[in-house]
Amino acid sequence: MFFLSHIWLIPLLPAFGAAMMFFFGRKLQKSAVSAVCVGAVVVAFIFACGTVWQYTGYAEQNHEQPYQTVVYTWLGADTGQMNYVTQDGKTAPFQVDAGFLLDPLSSIWLLFVTGVGMLIHIYSVGYMGHEGGYYRFFGYLNLFMFSMLTLILANNYALLFVGWEGVGLCSYLLIGFYFHRKSASDAANKAFIVNRIGDAGFILGMFGIAWYFGSLRFTDVNHLARSGHFAVDDPIITAATLCLFIGACGKSAQIPLYVWLPDAMEGPTPVSALIHAATMVTAGVYMVARSNALFVLAPTSMKTVAIVGALTAIFAASIGLVQNDIKRVLAYSTVSQLGYMFLALGVGAFAAGVFHVFTHAFFKALLFLGSGSVIHALSGEQDMRKMGGLADKIPTTFRTMLIGTLAIAGIPPLAGFFSKDEILWRSWLANPLLWAIGFATALMTAFYMFRLVYLTFWSPSRVDHEVEHHIHESPKSMTVPLMVLAFFSITAGWLGWPASLGGSNHFEKFLEPVFARGAEASAAETAPPASEGNRGVDLGLMVLSVLAAGVGWGMANRAYRRAEKSYVEPIAAAAPPVYDLLYNKYYVDEGYDYVFTGRRKVGDVRLGVMGLGEASSWFDSQVIDGTVNGAGWITRLSGTLSSWWDKWIIDGLLVNGPAILSRIMSYPTRMLQWGLVQWYALTMVVGLVGFVAYYAWR
Amino acid sequence: MAPITTLHYLIAAAALFVLGVIGVLTRRNVVIVLMSIELILNAVNLNLVAFSRLWGLHGQVFAIFVITDAAAEAAVGLGILIAFFRNKETVNVDEVDLLKW
Repeated sequence: MFFLSHIWLIPLLPAFGAAMMFFFGRKLQKSAVSAVCVGAVVVAFIFACGTVWQYTGYAEQNHEQPYQTVVYTWLGADTGQMNYVTQDGKTAPFQVDAGFLLDPLSSIWLLFVTGVGMLIHIYSVGYMGHEGGYYRFFGYLNLFMFSMLTLILANNYALLFVGWEGVGLCSYLLIGFYFHRKSASDAANKAFIVNRIGDAGFILGMFGIAWYFGSLRFTDVNHLARSGHFAVDDPIITAATLCLFIGACGKSAQIPLYVWLPDAMEGPTPVSALIHAATMVTAGVYMVARSNALFVLAPTSMKTVAIVGALTAIFAASIGLVQNDIKRVLAYSTVSQLGYMFLALGVGAFAAGVFHVFTHAFFKALLFLGSGSVIHALSGEQDMRKMGGLADKIPTTFRTMLIGTLAIAGIPPLAGFFSKDEILWRSWLANPLLWAIGFATALMTAFYMFRLVYLTFWSPSRVDHEVEHHIHESPKSMTVPLMVLAFFSITAGWLGWPASLGGSNHFEKFLEPVFARGAEASAAETAPPASEGNRGVDLGLMVLSVLAAGVGWGMANRAYRRAEKSYVEPIAAAAPPVYDLLYNKYYVDEGYDYVFTGRRKVGDVRLGVMGLGEASSWFDSQVIDGTVNGAGWITRLSGTLSSWWDKWIIDGLLVNGPAILSRIMSYPTRMLQWGLVQWYALTMVVGLVGFVAYYAWR
Repeated sequence: MAPITTLHYLIAAAALFVLGVIGVLTRRNVVIVLMSIELILNAVNLNLVAFSRLWGLHGQVFAIFVITDAAAEAAVGLGILIAFFRNKETVNVDEVDLLKW
């Protein structure tokens, strides 16, 4: 049980790498950076394999219970302040642990995150070899691995949220890796801000759960949710799950928060592959699947998830039909495939959704890394209009990408076929309309993926002349991960070989302990009894979806096989307005500019919510504060007037007036007393002489 | 040579009195003003003594009182003068106008 009891080492290994890069990265050689960072992830992968292997043994002995270990209590330990009353009337302390949980669900994520992560680290050694900021890049990547592993190994919502924010931060840092480019730093900001909206929802949902269940531990919450204390359609659970789903929409790029993901392609290509295709964006799926016991109690939320997922799938796929940037096509494809996953979760087919996450991680990472290899070969060119005819020049990249394309298009027996078919079948059982949307999306997926392959590899070359001389196959460190991923893109689906094709679907069986009760609860609506009729439907749908893939391929073949420099998009030829609409991404970003971001102005007035805010701010500062200031101004004016009255009329006229008057009137009198003593004496003498004379001569 | 009569004394005393008044009214130095006051007092004394030849010794007794008074007055006057000089560094009477108005 060595690996299992040291499960906390798995996230700490890349954390160590990240810390090394943070403290010493600047001084280290590139080879040392690669050794530390790639080494940390390789060891983490080996560790993860050992852990999952030991867990299977543990689960057999312990009735399929999840393995749980608490490293320390992080919040609420021994304080006695945070008690809650459980549903059965007992008092228990509320606490949050730094604890790890391993069950089949996290096992799957653990394996493909470390596995795909390892391959992408190796690939990055070649891809980033000539770039500046090498240690910074690998430090961020390792920090991302740490956060992602924390996210999937957490045993409660709070610790999951720590990882959730960590991957958001790393996503921000890596999208803005070329921060000197304005578009990159804008894209990083956009991703971060849009994710904040989702995170606000996540936090609200988490608070709702903590308040309602008194615990954030997955095991406690699931146990209570399945205990039968709560009715289906419980309003608080519905609200909490809807809030959680808002969080998932942000992280996993669903309508209406998907806008950041296409812009996130400003980051280096390995980042797009690792974070924005294979691992981080599936965190929302993981979180919803992890909360399946709650979602099952909230059919409204389930319907919301399914509808949002289906709409996102077809919406993003239709945009992907006409984009010209090779990475953007793949980005919209990712959004669309994530929509599939949520569609599966929403119709109660949790295992199918997780299965699609699993297969998608391989073929989408493969496609992104392949596109990175193409861009690398073309000295940084990303526009597919300037590619073409590369099949012979970079054969390894071409072959592996073709495998990835076949896998995502759903050609049997590659991985994508099995997972996508499972989802389509289950959505057919839930609601044929959902299936129709999914089916149309499958057709579009095949079309835009083969369009990518034709424009890049098969059509006549449209490459610029200076670039053409430098075309070269990528180094081994890049092609080997491509080949490994191609191998898994073929074989990963075989784990879930469906019953209708004579398989036993090991994947779903493995996940059964996690979703077992969930499936029962929703059995009335969706869960299919494995009857002959259903099997027939499944087979029929399979044939249809393979046909759709073939039709998509055929259409792409017709339109782009001979695409010369001046080729015309078939959609643009058939219906220019539709092409404009799709090419401009349904003007969603522009719409958001009008409604939310406040970039649109009429004159000086902002529009939308920000405009409303500015108007409120104006109203506050001008009208409310103006009234306040007006009242103050009037008070001050009356004070000034009153003080003037006091000073000039009362004091001046009535008090000082008599004083001034008597002063003026006293002037002649004062002249007599002018201070010369001898004058007084003379007056006396004259008076005396006068008197004497008067009496003498009378 | 005609005998010296009372009238002569009175004329001499009046002349002395007028000199004293002129001194008081015209000189700026307080010391001289005080001295002029002495002249006035002595003119009065001369009158008292002259009249005592006609009506007995009362006049001479009065004159002695006046002399005593003059001494006291001179002492007080000079004391005020010294105190004043310490404050203003002057003994000119036209610069002494602290009590006007």
